[in-house]
Amino acid sequence: MSSAAGALPKARRLAGRPVSTSRRILLERAFVIFCVLSATASVAILALLLGSIVFQTQGYLDASFLKKVPSRFPHKAGMWPAIVGSVAVCVSCAMFALPIGIGTAVFLEEYRPTKSRWMKRLHSFVQLNISNLAGVPSIVYGIIGLTAFVEGFGIVGSAQDPLLTIGSESSWYFFRLPFGRGVLAGGLTLMLVILPIVIISAQEALRAVPDSLRHAALGLGATRWQMVSQVSLPSAIPGIMTGSILAMSRAIGEAAPMLVISGAVYITFLPRNVMESFTVMPLQIYEWAKLPQKEFHHVAAAGIVVLLVVLLAFNAFAVFIRQKFHKPLS
Amino acid sequence: MSDESASSRRLPGRPRSKPAQRAKERLIQLSLVACGLFSILTTGTIIVVLAYEAIRFFGLDEVSVTDFFFGTEWTPLMGSEKHFGIWPLISGTFLVTGVAMLVALPLGLITAIYLSEYAPKKLRSVLKPTLEVLAGIPTVVFGFFALTVITPGLQFLHEGFEIYNAFSAGVAVGIMCLPIVTSLTEDALQAVPRALREGAYGLGATRFDVSIKIVVPAALSGIVAAFLLAIARAIGETMIVTLAAGSSPMFTLDPRQSIQTMTAYMVQIFLGDVSNFGAEYLSSYAVAFMLFVITFGITVVGQKIRTRFREEYQ
Repeated sequence: MSSAAGALPKARRLAGRPVSTSRRILLERAFVIFCVLSATASVAILALLLGSIVFQTQGYLDASFLKKVPSRFPHKAGMWPAIVGSVAVCVSCAMFALPIGIGTAVFLEEYRPTKSRWMKRLHSFVQLNISNLAGVPSIVYGIIGLTAFVEGFGIVGSAQDPLLTIGSESSWYFFRLPFGRGVLAGGLTLMLVILPIVIISAQEALRAVPDSLRHAALGLGATRWQMVSQVSLPSAIPGIMTGSILAMSRAIGEAAPMLVISGAVYITFLPRNVMESFTVMPLQIYEWAKLPQKEFHHVAAAGIVVLLVVLLAFNAFAVFIRQKFHKPLS
Repeated sequence: MSDESASSRRLPGRPRSKPAQRAKERLIQLSLVACGLFSILTTGTIIVVLAYEAIRFFGLDEVSVTDFFFGTEWTPLMGSEKHFGIWPLISGTFLVTGVAMLVALPLGLITAIYLSEYAPKKLRSVLKPTLEVLAGIPTVVFGFFALTVITPGLQFLHEGFEIYNAFSAGVAVGIMCLPIVTSLTEDALQAVPRALREGAYGLGATRFDVSIKIVVPAALSGIVAAFLLAIARAIGETMIVTLAAGSSPMFTLDPRQSIQTMTAYMVQIFLGDVSNFGAEYLSSYAVAFMLFVITFGITVVGQKIRTRFREEYQ
């Protein structure tokens, strides 16, 4: 009985002034209903969002829509250049973002410095810095990409008068420094945007690898890199891949930095090399959505459906990898 | 087990001389450090580029620093006399953010409480994927949704809404922020140990008492951090406001009007055929610097709150 007496004041404090049990139960029921209503709001919103977009396609979405190029006439408009541009930009983005991102994650998780104080400081500073970078608005990355990649900080000439060129503008290996408003500049800018996401997800995947595996490798005389490359990374690869695919799906949907990099463009051709101007799916949708004619809103809706299907495929693939290859290691 | 023995058998690889091995290890470590340094280089570049261009902007004759920070007129593209007072852009940004948070914070918090404390497995398995899908939708889609569904809906309810208005963009930004608020808040609520809940139940508390009077206060630092992150995200949102909020910088608090946010102004400049060196071009860097400072500040405060005020439970 003494314990109950000790608990009483606490219980009274919990409920504020004493409230009758029936009122408390009533409150509880009302709150549950309130909760269910607000929680289902998100489902309703999603249904409304997807439903209204599918409704607005109004027959503009068919197989030929994928193969057509943008046009002044809504019925002739399609998004083939945008699809190719998205693929090109995302491939060039992945080529840089994945090695650098996974490298940083390995540095942060597997190479924790133990001796040098300077290295320890660097280590924690990088970690702090990455969580800060994740909060930077993507349009700021767009501006930095414009200054750094497109214009080369203005110190290596300009796109019209480049410091260095290889090949001519029509050749597939054309290269110039600075890059100008091209696919490569777009890919590198997207890399800046998704790098924090890649790093954080790869870190989580590496953290999920139990230390006993690492200790076993080190105990057998493996060097640190042997341990990382043959034990930690292979065990973490499903997690890293899932995170990377999700980061890439973020990159595909990113429009703001691409808007800054590629500028106001009307592109009806495919890029021949990585320096040529481009458009991507979300950018093309934006261009259509801001036109005043109602018909182009239908075209934009059709474009959105294509974009969402691509993203859905990416997400499904990520979930598949997570389910298929995920096995508890500890 | 078989995996482990297989990988350990592979471990030594082919025999290598000790110095060569050591050099290789060193090289790999250095390249990993270089990867880490890249992120610091990115931050450094952002700060240096934005600050440098902003200072160049303030150095121009037609721009005054006091006017920029205290002026309420932003007319860089019209008329012979240009005014660079940032307040219309800031008020526009915060108007949209305010509306967005009115949507996202209460809804997100309640949904998170429901998911963490109440939801039966079945409902959870519907709600979680819904929120994940919502989180994966590109912002340009929300912008289109605001323009073609929310705005006509608002106009149907009340004639005062213009075609481009802050309210519609704000609602869309709020929907965009909803999954962020929900998932981060739910993480914070889940981190509260079970013993606290059991203790309260043992004392006769209802579920409502437990969630509102025990779990939410215990997770408060995490919840506030989640809210701040959502606010930072809303401030930096670009595509929705570009499509739905309009492009007329106005110092107003009326959400029915067309306004312009900081991000939308930048888009307008970089899309337009503005000469690369004029005051209006450089002004976008100054605006970007302001935006960066605001969002960076909010992110840092959020992290500080999360780490400093975290209640540690065993």
